[in-house]
Amino acid sequence: MATKKSPSGASYVGGGKWKEIWRRFKKNRGAVIGLIMLAVLAAVLLGAPLFVFYEEAITQNMEFMLEKPSAAHIFGNDGYGRDIFARIIYGGRVSVAIAILATICSCLVGSFLGAIAGYFGGVVDSVIMRSLDIFMSVPDILFTMAVVYALGANFVNLIVALTLAYFTNYVRLVRSEVLTLSEQDYVEASRAGGAGGLRIILSHIIPNAIGVIIVNTTLNIAKIIIYESTLSFLGLGMPAPQPEWGQMLSEAREFMRKAPHLMFFPALSIVITACSVNLIGDGLRDALDPHLKS
Amino acid sequence: MHKYIAKRILFLIPTIIGVTLIIYLVMNITPGDPGRSILGSGVSQADVDAYNHLIGYDLPFFQKFLNYLKDVFLHLDFGISYVTKQPVFHEIWPRYIMTLKLAFIGMVLSTVIGIPLGMYAAVKQYSPMDTAASIISFLLAAIPTFVLGLVLLFFFALKLKWLPSYGIPDWSGYIMPALAISLPIAAQNFRFTKSSMLDAIRQDYVRTARAKGATEQLVIWKHVLKNALLPVITQVGMSLGLLLCGAVVAEQLFSIQGIGSLIVERITYKDEPVIIAGTILISICFTVVMLVVDVIYAMIDPRIRAKYTKTSKR
Amino acid sequence: MEQEKNLILEIENLRVTYETDLETVEAVNGISFQIEKGKTLGLVGETGAGKTTTALSILRLLPETTGRIKSGVIRFEGKDLLSASEEQLRGVRGNRISMVFQDPMSSLNPVYTVGDQIGEAIRLHNAGISPQEVERRVDEILEMVGIMPSRKVEYPHQFSGGMKQRVVIAMALCCEPELLIADEPTTALDVTIQAQVLAMIAQLRKRLGTSMLMITHDLGIVAKTCDDVCVMYAGKLVESGTVEDIFRGERHHPYTEGLFGSIPNLRTKARRLKPILGLMPDPTDLPRGCEFAPRCEKCMEICQTTKPEIYREGTHRLYCHLFDPHILETGGAANGHE
Repeated sequence: MATKKSPSGASYVGGGKWKEIWRRFKKNRGAVIGLIMLAVLAAVLLGAPLFVFYEEAITQNMEFMLEKPSAAHIFGNDGYGRDIFARIIYGGRVSVAIAILATICSCLVGSFLGAIAGYFGGVVDSVIMRSLDIFMSVPDILFTMAVVYALGANFVNLIVALTLAYFTNYVRLVRSEVLTLSEQDYVEASRAGGAGGLRIILSHIIPNAIGVIIVNTTLNIAKIIIYESTLSFLGLGMPAPQPEWGQMLSEAREFMRKAPHLMFFPALSIVITACSVNLIGDGLRDALDPHLKS
Repeated sequence: MHKYIAKRILFLIPTIIGVTLIIYLVMNITPGDPGRSILGSGVSQADVDAYNHLIGYDLPFFQKFLNYLKDVFLHLDFGISYVTKQPVFHEIWPRYIMTLKLAFIGMVLSTVIGIPLGMYAAVKQYSPMDTAASIISFLLAAIPTFVLGLVLLFFFALKLKWLPSYGIPDWSGYIMPALAISLPIAAQNFRFTKSSMLDAIRQDYVRTARAKGATEQLVIWKHVLKNALLPVITQVGMSLGLLLCGAVVAEQLFSIQGIGSLIVERITYKDEPVIIAGTILISICFTVVMLVVDVIYAMIDPRIRAKYTKTSKR
Repeated sequence: MEQEKNLILEIENLRVTYETDLETVEAVNGISFQIEKGKTLGLVGETGAGKTTTALSILRLLPETTGRIKSGVIRFEGKDLLSASEEQLRGVRGNRISMVFQDPMSSLNPVYTVGDQIGEAIRLHNAGISPQEVERRVDEILEMVGIMPSRKVEYPHQFSGGMKQRVVIAMALCCEPELLIADEPTTALDVTIQAQVLAMIAQLRKRLGTSMLMITHDLGIVAKTCDDVCVMYAGKLVESGTVEDIFRGERHHPYTEGLFGSIPNLRTKARRLKPILGLMPDPTDLPRGCEFAPRCEKCMEICQTTKPEIYREGTHRLYCHLFDPHILETGGAANGHE
């Protein structure tokens, strides 16, 4: 049957699934705003190094200390006279890079473990899931703090620590997705047709689970951006002199009374970035599952 | 039912041991040894080695870990702080209580704010109230606890001077930290409750209830609510993990003497016994709360309850 | 209508759509039928023909956000249900008209006992009834549907599919309604259980004198249980009449013929089954002419441009250009039967 009516009246048209999703996504005003915001942000973060240099972000210059925004320094200067705009740019580049890489790593590690647990079941499943229960019993920021402390704070170790904190989501997600999907008739059918485990995972389960994974990955990027900024606020982010949004806010506390603009710009950057990613994530979720909205 | 509770409590033991193992293992990656850290740099290597031998530091890893477990769970002995040279437990306990207080206040607040609003928004979907709450909850999802805390500090302590900006002189000291950690969680509870309610409203049994002639109130309060709130119970339990994380940040931000600020402070001094002890204690609290939540869930949901009750009728 | 005294339910020109931001689904497009008191009307058609939508419209239980009744009249014992107040309607639902849904697995609330759920219907329509009396009636109705009354303290998940459907039927019949709407009540059940449940419904109906609207896609069930039949296609009736008209009559709508051609028959010589080729039209974009035209083997030019009228032969009604007297005269096409 080409169209199947559901009680909510939405209809699923077979074929051109991604085109259909994109059509629905485009209709979502919030999602489009998010996409535009993210595009602008990406352009600024990627393109700005052509105009602003890393030196401006780290060179201390006491004569500009706590300067208010001006034409030369559009976001003003911080407590050491460093250009806030440059620090926002270079801080953002590293935070966003860490967030994206950590999300990808946690997605790969978690999906892999989840697929194994769900597909093989039995002892493998129990071992993975019980270990996961233990893993999840440590509140994640404490665990990340411990890992960063133990390994030392740098780009790679931050990604490792954040991956360890976030891969658990994917294990559960992909496992339950595999369990549901492997009960579906078409998977049974291809198994009866002699398809092997890997083939079933690759040709049936991944294409069907990919929607949920994409939505979660998008929303996770926002979470990790927030999370990473929290770590750097607590002094566990990238080592100095590398600027970071969280660390900028931590420094700005001292000057809260005299120079609130020190706080304003990094806070706004975090919120805008997280907002735009969340808008896209929500839009994707609605586009993939029109059931939830109607 | 008793069987289920017993089973869950039994599972608590390997979980807590596992948690301790993970943290202990991670902390053992770092270089440095307790002898040098406690005795200081002015002492000869021989004395340091002797001390390490005395406390059993030169034993193989698993031996050390078992000894640690024994000390911690039989004698509440978390070792000696490298910084204060005092037993860790005495220092950490009052701060632990402080952190728990903060996290539980946050839990109550986030539940009381988030869940009723979520219920209301689901029943009155697309009403101005729903729209407003949804937008606020969306924004809160993008604001980290420490940014929210800084904003609160800026307005209520610095500009309006209504609330103290440092520590907890009296009850008013709890207001800002509690809000900073609970508002994002309240937003999360709101979204979760709302979608859980909307999900339940769409179920066939709700249509059945309507077809029976049930009033809208009866449909919502009896048929939708109980089903919708079941997953919310788990959500509230899980949120404690985030609230504890929030408490760590809030303590640092508002200079509160809790376990989070202690760990952050001691990380600089590489005071491992304190960091390990703090992390373990907080994880234990989280684990125990999750156990309570699971038991409550099982008591309410007949499908789980039935699995563990011997049905005599049939 | 002429025989108003005998009618329990009349539907006239009912139109229902589902509207979302993205599209409008025309689910029911102007159907009319009547049910006589004590009789059973079968509503037959493929999945997606609009049968369930029709049933939900009678009780006004369409999904609130999307379902819209565009026009039409639904009269129950002469009273218009579409203009009734929500409160009046609640007095009808479960009390005078009740409904059995397709999937017994999901139509019971998992967190309440079956006794509680049946008792709820009794309490709702009998204000001031004592708890003991409710319990007594629950026991009574459970016994009637063949479930031990002691099982009323159990939860739905403790029952098998067939037993659950019995509970649902008990819930529907506990207030002795005048009309029972059964929406594919046996589709989700095993074939052996199907027969049991149908027999039970028939027996209870006889005892309570309930009229029934039986929605199904199974012609076997229609033959066994119904007095009158309406065949639905893409939100429209294509043929209606008594069971004899539909099963014995000479002239049929090509769609009805297709339906009969697509089920095996032991008595005729074993040929290959003849499926109806093609798919149901997209309900967001229905054809201009006859809805069935794109799949019809006997499709004529007029079918693609003009909607057919009703052609009557006694109780038998056909909605097809083939039976237009003009076309019959000019011999526009071969007449419709084998």
